[in-house]
Amino acid sequence: MNDVLIPAAENKNSLRLPLKPLGKVLAVTSGKGGVGKTFVSANLAAALARRGHRVLVLDADLGLANLDVVLNLHPKITLHDVFTGKARLEDAILPAPGGFSVLLAGSGMVEYSRLTTEVRDEFLRIIGSLVPRYDVVLMDTGAGISDVVLFAVSLASEVLMVATPEPTSLTDAYATIKVLVGQQLRQTVRLIVNQSTRPGSGQAITNQLQQVLDRFVATDPGHPIQLLHLGDIPVDPEVRQAIMRRQLMMQHTPDCPAGKAIAQLARTLEKTVIPKPA
Amino acid sequence: MILTLQYQFITFAVARIPDSSPFSLHSLKLDDACALLQHDAQNIEQEADEPDAAYLQRLIDGLCELSLKDPLTGLNNRRHFCSVLERSIDIVARSGESVLLLLLDIDRFKSINDSHGHLAGDQVLREIARCLARCLRPMDTIARYGGEEFAIILPNCQPVFGLAVAERIRKTVAAHTIPVSPLLSLQVTISIGGAYAPEWVRSTTDLWIERADKQLYRAKSRGRDQVCLDQPRELSVSAEEKGLLFGHLLMDEAGTRENAPSDAPKWENA
Repeated sequence: MNDVLIPAAENKNSLRLPLKPLGKVLAVTSGKGGVGKTFVSANLAAALARRGHRVLVLDADLGLANLDVVLNLHPKITLHDVFTGKARLEDAILPAPGGFSVLLAGSGMVEYSRLTTEVRDEFLRIIGSLVPRYDVVLMDTGAGISDVVLFAVSLASEVLMVATPEPTSLTDAYATIKVLVGQQLRQTVRLIVNQSTRPGSGQAITNQLQQVLDRFVATDPGHPIQLLHLGDIPVDPEVRQAIMRRQLMMQHTPDCPAGKAIAQLARTLEKTVIPKPA
Repeated sequence: MILTLQYQFITFAVARIPDSSPFSLHSLKLDDACALLQHDAQNIEQEADEPDAAYLQRLIDGLCELSLKDPLTGLNNRRHFCSVLERSIDIVARSGESVLLLLLDIDRFKSINDSHGHLAGDQVLREIARCLARCLRPMDTIARYGGEEFAIILPNCQPVFGLAVAERIRKTVAAHTIPVSPLLSLQVTISIGGAYAPEWVRSTTDLWIERADKQLYRAKSRGRDQVCLDQPRELSVSAEEKGLLFGHLLMDEAGTRENAPSDAPKWENA
């Protein structure tokens, strides 16, 4: 590992300093589970890869990783082995269908779902050495606001919040944004509305959330919170098909409505947060 | 059919040559097991027509049951409790179901033992156990966790109901009169601490118990006979905020109806 961003051994204490979000790391998170975080991560990664970016998806849902299920991968070496020192990071990075790389957590990561200093340091070291190798690192985090999720999100330069239009999902997304603003002083969160039933409803939802945030959370005019609508993914039977077949939608039916929407998400990201590939 | 015949032959052989065969019941030295089961008022005699294997199975089943039970109260013991808690964590992590763990402790139990004797103390434990068990649904798990401490796992218990459920249990126990001798009845109170497993997140049983235990300590230090529940970090969304959050849903619905005939319904946020 010659291109480690943060030297691990000699500089260990500095890792515990307040964390500065790393460039090009996007956290895909949600308030509630089961809204399609992993689906979005995998397919967005494929869409970005198709546009020429070098993309890695990091399974940061340490306790409950299921990126392997979505991608139908059966990794022999996982992040767990890297954490326990049984394997090198390079050996745990796998090529995924769709032309991107993945780093899977593995089921053994359960024991790391408690955020200890060791886990933090190791996680930091791993992220630090991934960043220089890829144009974009997508972190598929767990849902909600557990320590591990908040920590993973704190490392990202951008937060992509996935929510569905259901009231429970929106309430939890709102509650999570509140915590991110309160604890991490985030000022920008990008919202992806999954399973949208009407064109334009995602923007309406974003405006609605923004109004409530303005009124209850961003009460200091010096620190406004910006909720940006990144895009909608419409309800589409192809999504379910792809999930049931354990195939990557962007690879098999990229032209279905949901596929086009995800391609659009990738283009929007390119316009706003990630530079065009060289 | 052949298997059955073989099986009958073996049991026949065992019965005929008790001491020379390694399968003989006698050489298995079942006395201790039988004594344990007998103590639990279980029938340990082999029925006249009962095959040895069936008899052994019955003894093993009895021992398994015993190993999960608290002998004094008849409730589940700590071992069983821990395995249920472990399973609950898996369920919560995967399904997001709300599972509440309550730890209950009898207030000033030592003074009951000291002033009325240990038999009275045992009677109080048994009565409270019965009283607690009556408060619960069949899907709940109750166990004697330690000396005068009980634990209850309540699956599918919504956070909004948690406090009400725990309060109901506390009040039921407080209202219960326990006869410890023909002349003496006692009334005891309990303190309850509770915590929900974090939803969608895989926790550990230790962490979960620790959080409930902290709340039990809080209930005790606040003066006993009360309930304290761990407040989850999230869900600090007020009714007012919620009201505003869902404004769009109503408008969305209205918009759908109004624009129903149009091909591409477009709706701008007001």
